[in-house]
Amino acid sequence: MADANVLHEGQETVHRHEPPKSFIRKYIFSLDHKVIGIQYLTLALVAVFVGMTLSVLMRMNLTWPDVNWPLLGTIKPEVYLSLLTIHGTIMVFFVLTTAPQGGFGNYILPIQIGADDMAFPVLNMLSFWVTLVGFIVLIAAFFVQGGAPIGGWTAYPPLSAVPSAGPGQGTGMNLWIISIAIFCVGSLLGALNFITTLLNLRAKGMSLMRMPLTCWAWFTTAVLALLAFPVLLAAGVLLFLDRNAGTSFFLPAGLYFGRDVLKNAGGSPILWQHLFWFFGHPEVYIAILPGMGATSHILSTFARKPVFGYRAMVFAIFAIGLLGFFVWGHHMFISGMSPYSAMAFSILTLAIGVPSAVKTFNWLGTLWGAKIRFTTPMLFAIGFVSLFVAGGITGLVLGQTSLDLPMHDTYFVLGHFHLVMGVAAIFGMFAGIYFWFPKMFGKMMSEKLGRIHFWITFIGVYSIFIPMHIMGIVGMPRRYAQFSDKNGQIYGFLASLHPLVLFVTVAAIITFFTQFIFLFNLVWSLFKGKKAGDNPWEATTLEWATSSPPPHDNFAGHPPVVYRGAYEFSVPGAPNDFVMQTEPDAEESGSRAQQDSSGNGHDGHKH
Amino acid sequence: MGRALGILIWLLTLGTVVLFFSGWWFPTTITEHGPQVDQQFMITIIVVAIAFVAAQIGLGYMVWRYRANAQNKDERALYTHGNNRLEVIWTVVTAVVFIGLAVMGQRVWANLRFSEAPAGSFQVEVVAQQFAWNLHYPGPDGKLGHTDPTLIDDQDNPIGLDRKDLGARDDIVGSTLVLPVNRPAELILRSKDVTHSFWVPQLRFKQDLVPGMQIHVHFTPTKVGQFQLACAELCGMTHYKMQGTLLVLPQDQLNDLMARPKDEFQSRVEELKKMYEVGAIYDEQGKTKLGMSY
Amino acid sequence: MDTMVTSTEKVAQKKIGLGVGPQPPAPNDGRSRGNGRGGDGSSARFSPSKYRIGMWVALAGVAMMFTALTSAYIVRANLANDWRPIAMPRLLWLSTALIVVSSITFEIARRALKSGKSVVYNRWLLVTVTLGLAFLASQLLAWRQLVAQGIYISSNPHSSFFYVLTGAHGLHLLGGILGLDFLLLRSRRRRDEDNAGARRLAITDAVALYWHFMDGLWIYLFLLLFLWR
Repeated sequence: MADANVLHEGQETVHRHEPPKSFIRKYIFSLDHKVIGIQYLTLALVAVFVGMTLSVLMRMNLTWPDVNWPLLGTIKPEVYLSLLTIHGTIMVFFVLTTAPQGGFGNYILPIQIGADDMAFPVLNMLSFWVTLVGFIVLIAAFFVQGGAPIGGWTAYPPLSAVPSAGPGQGTGMNLWIISIAIFCVGSLLGALNFITTLLNLRAKGMSLMRMPLTCWAWFTTAVLALLAFPVLLAAGVLLFLDRNAGTSFFLPAGLYFGRDVLKNAGGSPILWQHLFWFFGHPEVYIAILPGMGATSHILSTFARKPVFGYRAMVFAIFAIGLLGFFVWGHHMFISGMSPYSAMAFSILTLAIGVPSAVKTFNWLGTLWGAKIRFTTPMLFAIGFVSLFVAGGITGLVLGQTSLDLPMHDTYFVLGHFHLVMGVAAIFGMFAGIYFWFPKMFGKMMSEKLGRIHFWITFIGVYSIFIPMHIMGIVGMPRRYAQFSDKNGQIYGFLASLHPLVLFVTVAAIITFFTQFIFLFNLVWSLFKGKKAGDNPWEATTLEWATSSPPPHDNFAGHPPVVYRGAYEFSVPGAPNDFVMQTEPDAEESGSRAQQDSSGNGHDGHKH
Repeated sequence: MGRALGILIWLLTLGTVVLFFSGWWFPTTITEHGPQVDQQFMITIIVVAIAFVAAQIGLGYMVWRYRANAQNKDERALYTHGNNRLEVIWTVVTAVVFIGLAVMGQRVWANLRFSEAPAGSFQVEVVAQQFAWNLHYPGPDGKLGHTDPTLIDDQDNPIGLDRKDLGARDDIVGSTLVLPVNRPAELILRSKDVTHSFWVPQLRFKQDLVPGMQIHVHFTPTKVGQFQLACAELCGMTHYKMQGTLLVLPQDQLNDLMARPKDEFQSRVEELKKMYEVGAIYDEQGKTKLGMSY
Repeated sequence: MDTMVTSTEKVAQKKIGLGVGPQPPAPNDGRSRGNGRGGDGSSARFSPSKYRIGMWVALAGVAMMFTALTSAYIVRANLANDWRPIAMPRLLWLSTALIVVSSITFEIARRALKSGKSVVYNRWLLVTVTLGLAFLASQLLAWRQLVAQGIYISSNPHSSFFYVLTGAHGLHLLGGILGLDFLLLRSRRRRDEDNAGARRLAITDAVALYWHFMDGLWIYLFLLLFLWR
């Protein structure tokens, strides 16, 4: 049991929580947040390779439609659309929500605040297993009659609510809703745990404003998840009933499908859109905030500088989280929603750009006057900043009501959100894995392979997603299975784009294969990596004040005490260019010495 | 490493900027509000470009300038926790620019969406279905007849027109959207089955067609020609080829077309379609080709 | 070295900790530095407030779900002219009475536990469980009555929402009953570990919070479904 207290006999009486002995309790149904974090990361890794493979298949079909591929055959339009739906669902839920929060958050947050585990280890274990079940149910949708749903990850009714609206909208769509509902439950359990842990289990001296920015990001993300996922769950229940119980929440009167007029009446498809995007927009920040946190953390560490404007960074995270709940309508400017509320949503949407810009300025401020060490995690963190700017800034275009008229649902949107919530968030995760791998496994990852991975991927994602903006300006609509058929180009105004389409596909395939270098590096380093010390990066926060990997209870029964902020690098006069959070002040050491004489021992942190 | 990364960031920035000026752009607009949308887009994209280039150049510079190397290995980085004045300045400046843009962007929107279609608009009902466009013209009486989904017949009566209704007798249902040039057009958008979206790039106009709703929109075409109409909201299996035609005609041709008996409508439309090359723009009389829109 | 820790010692130690010079602010009490003194670790592990905080957080999530359903309810009511509120089954008054009384009995149980009367606690907890089950039975019976009248989930939007809201509330209440069962089972088991009493009290407080919330939620839903407009 994780909370069993074992008292050691003898001179040192330390409360340690011994790891469970059996393999199953230790590695499978583990209550240890570190094991659960790695389980989440493994799930996300599997999911991301599935999602990526689907996207490459989609690019192939867009570039060479109606080709009879070896093994695959021809990719029919309905198959393309099911690839599209599952790609979006996997990436948004099972990669961008699980890896940054469930994976890294789970592993790192308790250690960074000096706790020995999450507040509710059993709920933590449940949240992972529930999420895994959700993933299996989603994948199962490919193998039922009619195949996976074709309605996209946004599942707009009536397409999603009427089984006869298309192939995959029958059993496949039911499985989709069930999978998402299960995922919601798992995420809520996780969010509950994160919030309680952060509020309640911080080490002595770990005041809120001394926390690493990663912890702020994970905390805000958990709050967003806590408030957003219940709404998706509620909407999913209503959609499920519309499909299976004959209710009319989202279905209006007079729908005509295949010679029949449906009996439903009075519902509204736009109601779904409101509920969905009320969840969906915060979800975007659920994906990106942890990446922002990791980037701030890693930039500061390798710039050997304190984070510039720590307080402003915290406020910016909060502002983004808060405003994130009031901008959902910008997905719906042309949905038939009131044009007046569209205007309000538009202004709020551009307002959310302000805290995002503040974060960028502060990242640049952190690099200013730095002494940058170009490790692989640092390369990815810098890449994150570059991609976040490139992807985020076009939000200024899409957030405007009048510009949404030409831009809505074109490849411009695709380029925008893939850059900012897709690859920028993924770069944050790459930075995280290269940075924390030594802590997790006690081995360094290969820097050489890491650099190759970075250079190709960085150029690759720019090459994939920047041209998509151009396609969108020309007018290419998203979610088209193909742009030409046996009679040639379907839409004349898109004909000139063919070289760009080809270029993007080639870039995507190269980038795809580059990811296997990362996979190889991961596996190779696990076995053959150079041994990592406790603090290989000379960083300051608590996870580096324990061994690599940390013991079962994180600090071997010596809860750390925190004396300073998270990013004390290059302090003038200090012996090293980093001062760990656990290192007492000189002055304070004095007063502590006094305390020693009164019977309290010196604190047992180690370096 | 720092220098290489700095240069790479600059090169990618340069590549991005070059791509945006490489000639791929909007097709020429054919509506009254189109130039305003284009102008707002240009203003926004210039602000975006300046911010994008400045941020990337800055990032590249920091990475180049502040790399650790053998020469400076004994020095320490600057010890600073930030600067409140700077925070205030850049927060205020970005807030003013961003919110200013948002407010500017509302002008075109307000013109199009906050008002009813002007009197004398040319009215057409657009009824979308998986995967086709039906256009419902009121005919000489100027009244759109009553429709009922139970009367739908996929071959003869795709929108379920109630032929018993007097107002419906002269109504025309076709598959081509025909609009007069330089006269406000009012579209009444609805859908038979799933959500679709009306999208003609040259119109700079897009609007969802939502089942259960009748959405009234209006705009004024200013150029004659034949353009492709696409669906911009995922509507099912062959969404990608839910293609329709928009035909903007000179006033006299349109009047002539509308004055003809119902059964001649479609054949006349086919003739007119042959007169105008797809994607090309013509002058008000439809006589001279002014060039391609893309 | 002392290996046993009494609560008085811990309190005293905390006082010292707070009294020392320029200390960093301690964000949470009950913890002290890992200085090798036995006992510190046990309080580090156990924090009674985590159950309370965790429950409030969980309830925020539950509240959000019912907020979403409420907003859908209000929007749907004004959307079309097919909104015909169903006649309230009289049985719901009984349900309401049952759940209100169950809150009171739970409160009696909780106070008994606080003053250390374990037997009284168990007895009232059992009464609460029974009342909770009776509430669910009454709800099911109300459903049966509606079905007998031919009012199904798909009959009209108001009946759809009636079944959805009562169903969602019932499921949540079932969770509360499982929580109560857990408390009952727990009290049968004797625990010798540190803090057993405090932990038990903290968990009971958290379950009570949930139970009262479910009570309040039901009254809210009752008003929304039958008295709103």
